[in-house]
Amino acid sequence: MSSAAPQTFSNSNADKTMLAVRDLFCERDDRVLFKNLDFDLPEGQVLQVQGSNGSGKTTLMRILCGLNDSYEGSIKWYGQEIEEQAASFFSSLLYIGHRVGVSKVLSPVENLRWSCSLKQAVSDEQIMAALKEVGLRGFEESPCYTLSAGQQQRASLARLIISPALLWVLDEPFTTLDSKGVAMLEKILQRQAQTGGSVMVTTHHSLRIAELTLLSLG
Amino acid sequence: MTGKQTTTWAAFLATLKRDLLIAFKKKNDIVNPFMFFIIVVSLFPIGISPESDRLTEIAAGVIWISVLLASMLSMDSLYRSDFEDGSLEQLLLSPHPLFFLVLAKNISHWLVSGLPVVLVSPLLAYMLALPSEAYGTLVLSLLLGTPIMSLIGSIAVALTVGLGSRGLILAVITLPMSVPILIFGTLAVQSTLNSQSPVGYLSLMLVMLSVSVSLAPLASGAALKISVN
Repeated sequence: MSSAAPQTFSNSNADKTMLAVRDLFCERDDRVLFKNLDFDLPEGQVLQVQGSNGSGKTTLMRILCGLNDSYEGSIKWYGQEIEEQAASFFSSLLYIGHRVGVSKVLSPVENLRWSCSLKQAVSDEQIMAALKEVGLRGFEESPCYTLSAGQQQRASLARLIISPALLWVLDEPFTTLDSKGVAMLEKILQRQAQTGGSVMVTTHHSLRIAELTLLSLG
Repeated sequence: MTGKQTTTWAAFLATLKRDLLIAFKKKNDIVNPFMFFIIVVSLFPIGISPESDRLTEIAAGVIWISVLLASMLSMDSLYRSDFEDGSLEQLLLSPHPLFFLVLAKNISHWLVSGLPVVLVSPLLAYMLALPSEAYGTLVLSLLLGTPIMSLIGSIAVALTVGLGSRGLILAVITLPMSVPILIFGTLAVQSTLNSQSPVGYLSLMLVMLSVSVSLAPLASGAALKISVN
């Protein structure tokens, strides 16, 4: 960090911590998924959540996004509980889950136009450029039910390229991608970390990203 | 970084446009309930009596009940595919108030399922030998009543969207709640037939509509959060 950086950012570590999770406890069907879970996610990091099947990775991701509220403990976004600032937290968050959020009857362009404009203003040029970057050139106007699972995944991932969100929460984004797609997504994640954003990602791949830290569940 | 946050209005419009687009592309969801409505109404003269005196008596009730049943059929499309493909999660994670996004979905649903029924109702009223002076009241009462059904149905669908087999539960939740609309809707038409003013009943329906518009999307939003949880 350069000395010219604003004081708030150069001074203490607390200011750079985006997400601070303390003493997280979650139980599902009388089975404890995790307890006393503590971790910090600073700016510019990619945090890979690992764990065997059923260890609660998806549940953790959904808890962090506010989609699941059956937990105890504290989740702070820049020092403040997420429930207390839901709107500002949601505008800095981008979540892509198992269900990728792509409507099958709409084309990738129509899907992106809607899902992006829920958060920020987006132009058609941006959408086209993003779709080109994820390798969907020529499929922009095809209904998504004609696309393969991997292509639908790519249509969903195009949101990452457009989104200015600081925190990306990605649940198994690599599953249906081919090897080129994996390399592409790694590059996108790395770029997010290098521009000061952060990523939480669950995957069983070994990621080739410099800014990577690991979190193991179960 | 580029990208200014959208206004709530822009997000509302984007959601409305998207749902209309989906409805336009999945015509089944619109056409089936509509055809169902027309067929059910047409069955009554065949099953009961083609005599116009008898039909006039039951016309308003038949149309209203058929509208209720047809709206049951169309409800499921409101959130189900969004739930299955994950779009619902994106909707819930929007920084904008869920109230307006849900309202946008409800309005779009009414435009494609409620409005066509209202528009075709005078034709069916003619078939059921409803005197022409009651057409206006019928259309007006349906115009006020069908959005209420969409809004109430939305709560029930939102509550049940996460369940595996829904089947009848939707009807069990929604139909009892629709009874007041049915009562006032048919009473409005009856009073016109008896040469009384239907304004009282219609204003009550207007009140119900305003209450539903202001409260139902809140309930739907909360129910969606529970279903996705």
